[in-house]
Amino acid sequence: MAALAAGKRLKSAVCATEIMVIAAPDGDVELECGGAPMTDGEGNTGGSVDANNAEGTALGKRYVSEDGGLELLCVKPGDGSLSAGGEALKVKDAKKLPKTD
Amino acid sequence: MNIMMLLEMAASGCPERIAFVDPEMDASISYQELFDSAGNIASILRATDAARFAMLDVSNIGIPIGLFASSWAGIPYVPLNYRLTDPEIESLLDRVTPAYLVTEPERVAGFHDRKGVQVSSRTDFSALARESGEIPDAWSMDPEDTAVLLFTSGTTGAPKAAVLRQKHLVSYILGSVEFMGADEEEAALVCVPPYHIAGIAAVLSSVYSGRRVVQLANFSAEKWVRLARDEKITTAFVVPTMLARIVEELAGATNADMPHLQSLSYGGGKMPLSVIQRAMELFPGTDFTNAYGLTETSSTITVLGPDEHRLAAASEEEKVQHRLVSVGVPLPGIELEIRDDEGSVQPIGERGEIYVRGEQVSGEYEGRGSVVDSDGWFPTRDAGFVDGEGFLFIDGRADDVIVRGGENMSPGEIEDVLLEHPAVSDAAVVGIPSEEWGEAVVAALVISDAVTTEELQAWVKEHMRSSRVPERLEFWDELPYNETGKLLRRVVKERLA
Repeated sequence: MAALAAGKRLKSAVCATEIMVIAAPDGDVELECGGAPMTDGEGNTGGSVDANNAEGTALGKRYVSEDGGLELLCVKPGDGSLSAGGEALKVKDAKKLPKTD
Repeated sequence: MNIMMLLEMAASGCPERIAFVDPEMDASISYQELFDSAGNIASILRATDAARFAMLDVSNIGIPIGLFASSWAGIPYVPLNYRLTDPEIESLLDRVTPAYLVTEPERVAGFHDRKGVQVSSRTDFSALARESGEIPDAWSMDPEDTAVLLFTSGTTGAPKAAVLRQKHLVSYILGSVEFMGADEEEAALVCVPPYHIAGIAAVLSSVYSGRRVVQLANFSAEKWVRLARDEKITTAFVVPTMLARIVEELAGATNADMPHLQSLSYGGGKMPLSVIQRAMELFPGTDFTNAYGLTETSSTITVLGPDEHRLAAASEEEKVQHRLVSVGVPLPGIELEIRDDEGSVQPIGERGEIYVRGEQVSGEYEGRGSVVDSDGWFPTRDAGFVDGEGFLFIDGRADDVIVRGGENMSPGEIEDVLLEHPAVSDAAVVGIPSEEWGEAVVAALVISDAVTTEELQAWVKEHMRSSRVPERLEFWDELPYNETGKLLRRVVKERLA
């Protein structure tokens, strides 16, 4: 459990997933991928993805909590799925904006 | 946060896809090659004592390599304007030493003995980039690291170096571009110079969307039209003067014959209504977008989208038609306020200075600190107003206001009236010191038909209060603009004073 700051990069301990924090609420967030806490260390240490958290992550997708306070960007995809404090994070719909440059 | 992360994602999402093409040099680079090249150059930069990476060159494959390699190495990327004089370039370079400089082969000799500068030619640089070296250690993810130092175009005074941190650029891209949003066949034609914020934004946006960039080093309308057709360009960005020349180049045609051009965006200066109307006729299937932004805001902050363009063009209502000269509504991550001189927020329709706030907004200059207030608001120095539907209209610079006999007036309003006269093709109105009035209203005009000062004064008087009538008018061959199409009001003022 740790406080998350925007820009922080974290790895899954049980799959290839890596994320960057876009927005985080104040205070500690219990962030997990594949059912195991995410780390800013070595990453996949050989554990296995929990069957209830195995929907996978997709490159470039954003994942948000129900209240929108936590937002993550998947920078490397993997087999595990993301959760915070036991709540599964959902894919955020991409906004359609005109091309400007 | 680091812009390198954007490239890493693109390289892992579509490694084989072509990222940049330089048709004149017959060169191209894939996303994986761009990532590897950035790593090779980052290794070299880390082994030097360079605190900055300076780029003095036209658009070419080395530009994106230098931009990303700098961020990987953890030093600011500083693109320099190659159109400046040698002494001007040297004085900017002296402000960023110790620096690793990449430039055109013809310029290299001139920098060999310069203190604090390690120079490499474009040719040597691209050879170094392609050598298979060791992959350097990971880039920093500190959002506060400076990614780019950009000398502003400086319509007044000496250029200031705007500080764009990793958090500003990454926020802009994440807030405005969909990852891998481009199809395989999409191609962007980039003709803005690489030392302009629009040039930096074009590199980052294209990379994150997985779009192929076709580089056009020295803009000419003829080359632009030919490249757009040859490369089946799907999207492009131009400044108003470029669009005016493209429209001229296509004079006589009823259709530009570029069905592949899905979108054409523009910004960087005021777009004349006649140019955008003609362009929309020539490119009937193309989506037009007006993007307003500043160096200090990491590029675009407001957008007038394709639907608004079509609605305005098709409307019979003057108010709706007029929206074609609006810069649209703020991006989702941007808040906007119009304030008067005392800092009070202005009601709808009232002119004032434009303030913006958002994660992409920097507002910081090297050596001068930040001009952003404690609540995060950045004063753009641009003036404008917001209409009842929330559309922003730019109306000159905040300090362009003419104060005549205690009465504040906007030069833009008077210019618009003058431009409506059939004989007037361009107009600049400024205030010059006057013993009687404090400031007097004077105008420099470019005319296309014979017309007298008296006729034009009568014309203004017919449409506006008499205090707005220029007491002196001069007829010039052309008005002074900078290369992105901004009127150099200071120069006009000096010549008229």
